[in-house]
Amino acid sequence: MQLMVSPTQTSNRPRPPGQAVVARLACLAVQPILARVVRRVAQEHPALFARLGPYQGADFLIDPIELPFALHLRPDPQNLSFRAVPRSMLPDATAIIRGRFLLLLELVDAEQDGDAAFFSRDLEITGDTEAVVRLRNALDDMDGSIAQEAADMFGPPGRAILSRLRRNYQEVEGATAS
Amino acid sequence: MSLAELICPAGTPAALRTAVDAGADAVYCGFQDATNARNFPGLNFTPQELEEAVAYAHAKGAKVLLALNTYPPAGKVDLWRHAADTGARIGVDAFIVADMGVADYIARTHPQMRLHLSVQAAASSPEAIRYYCENFGVKRVVLPRILTIPEIRQIRKEIPCEIETFIFGNHGLMVEGRCSLTNYLTGQSTNLDGVCSPASDVEYVRDADGSMSSKLAGFTIDRFGPDEKAGYPTICKGRYQVAHRPDGYYAFEEPISLNLARLLPELIDAGVHAFKIEGRQRSKSYVRSVVSAFRNAVDDIRAGREADIGNLVALTEGQKQTQGAFATKKWR
Amino acid sequence: MTKLTLGPIAYHWSADQRRDFYARVADEAPVDEVYLGEVICSKRAPFQEADLPSIIERLERAGKKVILSSLAEVMLKRERKATEDLSEMESPEIEINNAAGLYARGTRPHRIGPFMNAYNEATIRWMASKGATHVCLPTELPAPSIAVAARMARDLGLGVEVQVFGRASLAVSARCYHARSHGRTKDNCQFVCEEDPDGMPLRTRDEQPILRINGIQTQSEGYLILLQELPQLVADGVSHLRLMPQAVDMVAVAEVYRAVLDQSMSTEAAEARLRQVCADTPFSNGFYHGQAGYRRIAQASLA
Repeated sequence: MQLMVSPTQTSNRPRPPGQAVVARLACLAVQPILARVVRRVAQEHPALFARLGPYQGADFLIDPIELPFALHLRPDPQNLSFRAVPRSMLPDATAIIRGRFLLLLELVDAEQDGDAAFFSRDLEITGDTEAVVRLRNALDDMDGSIAQEAADMFGPPGRAILSRLRRNYQEVEGATAS
Repeated sequence: MSLAELICPAGTPAALRTAVDAGADAVYCGFQDATNARNFPGLNFTPQELEEAVAYAHAKGAKVLLALNTYPPAGKVDLWRHAADTGARIGVDAFIVADMGVADYIARTHPQMRLHLSVQAAASSPEAIRYYCENFGVKRVVLPRILTIPEIRQIRKEIPCEIETFIFGNHGLMVEGRCSLTNYLTGQSTNLDGVCSPASDVEYVRDADGSMSSKLAGFTIDRFGPDEKAGYPTICKGRYQVAHRPDGYYAFEEPISLNLARLLPELIDAGVHAFKIEGRQRSKSYVRSVVSAFRNAVDDIRAGREADIGNLVALTEGQKQTQGAFATKKWR
Repeated sequence: MTKLTLGPIAYHWSADQRRDFYARVADEAPVDEVYLGEVICSKRAPFQEADLPSIIERLERAGKKVILSSLAEVMLKRERKATEDLSEMESPEIEINNAAGLYARGTRPHRIGPFMNAYNEATIRWMASKGATHVCLPTELPAPSIAVAARMARDLGLGVEVQVFGRASLAVSARCYHARSHGRTKDNCQFVCEEDPDGMPLRTRDEQPILRINGIQTQSEGYLILLQELPQLVADGVSHLRLMPQAVDMVAVAEVYRAVLDQSMSTEAAEARLRQVCADTPFSNGFYHGQAGYRRIAQASLA
């Protein structure tokens, strides 16, 4: 359906050697967590898919620049897929969303007004802009916080990790902002 | 003193609940089709969602206004009629209309329904407003964002209906309902399809020197330096060149946000009945912060207190804001 | 018999230019009806008013029907007054471009101008019930809708008009973009729009021509040209074809359209002739074909 963009065309940051192995291991570690999270979200929020319209089969590549891997989302209700992929093996995608991890998390949670970040340099959008706008609007129609729901699935340790993550990033934010 | 109702945007059911919870007196929304002027991908309501939303709003004492504010092209009028029928069946509190044929249909078929005249009808004089009041029984006009407060005060004296004005959000430059810029470049019409600079035609292209071009249907609407903040390619917010401005300039308007926080008391005094917040395409977090801030401000003013507008000004922090035409004729 | 009309001059041409222009139109242009009056900017109107009676007389003497067009934007006192005054006229006919004019005119006969958003049959029926005798359809209306709208208008006994030549009006504003480009405001414009008799060209930052500024109005860069589409328009019941005055030889333009309507010139020859007359200006017909307005859909692809 939509035109595909290749992540290699747009990502030109140099990677240190040896990172590939770390990345692959990291992917293996997070894979089951991602699968559980996305299944839960799909169960709780079925209306999300309708808002994606013709983009249910689209491939979204969500690329948190400071993590060793990117996330590949195909929000197809029949065959839902959300997986971590090492940077050396990124698939072609309908749209690529690239930015700092907490910013991406905040956008997913509608903690942050996407308009500002989405179309500023904080976030880089490549590929089909309509796909991204649809995903944004679909996620925005969900009550509550996906990140919080995901953290809750893993009980107190999950919540602790999330809050530490948020705190860490806020500190980084504060340091860079001043 | 007028009521100063707060009219808030809802692009999704979640945003509607957020607006109601944050203190909206009324929310406005539309169906997922060309019958409203924010027919954007992934946005708006199915009839079932609207029904649930109306129940939620009514339970909390808020009204729901349905935007049917585009212009049906000949041969497709039934889509607008059905939308009006559905809205009436669900029990929305008013329709916001622009097209005379649509207004006439509702006035004849659903005479009990309240009609508001959309900003898309571009009624900017007492005579134009009276035309809609006398012919279709319009109860409220949403004024174009081109009038000064003294002009609004004067209009109020000469019309038989309520006035709603925009107080916050995206700042439209062209006379609403008279703009085919998007259709000229993309083939999708603002008036007929409810589309403005559609995402499907948007592209960001990084140039060799690190600068970025934002494009609409292949036309460069703006180009940004490596450290410059990039904007969405809305045609009337783009930078262009003319012979005597070869470096490029905002030919129509800079990307800027309307914020009339400081003018609220004056607007109330001028007889404005309702304040409208723009932004059905914006996120829940925008709705939450803007609605609650204006709720507090309006409550303070109604109670005779000095409103704390610090919060309101902060809402557009980092982004340019303007009082547009409201404060001075020099804007024109 | 399909009529050719000459729309109102959108630009701030000087009084001398206007006098000469209409003298030549009266003597040479094969158009049936001519719209006069300032539609875009109320500040310009005083420059033309003195000459208006003699121009009307000159055109009518040459057998042209004259119609006076009203302002598209009505907000200021002088604009409201101008609209009201025009609405009081018994003759010539008037064309209304703002709901303020409809209010003042009541049910007395009038024409509906292209700024009135008469997009559909329901609206046209409503307008006819209030005294409209003629409707000019909005430029962005695609062919299937033109057909439906034209049928309704004809059934109601209305004239139906479609623009077939000249820049399309794409937007109007309360703000003057001519003045803005020179660092001035509308109240302090010094009539700088007079410098651009065919609009001020805007180019993108990579040098692509895109739009034209005419005071508060934004126009298409391309001339909207419907030529190969004329037989269909006529078959659909469109009774009047509008040529918008541009800073080119408008007599030659009118002759081309007249010849095509009379079937004494092929559309290929007509297009070649227009190409000569209009120099490098791009031609477009995208709106009619339901595509981006700037596009030019070639004849071959229509077959």
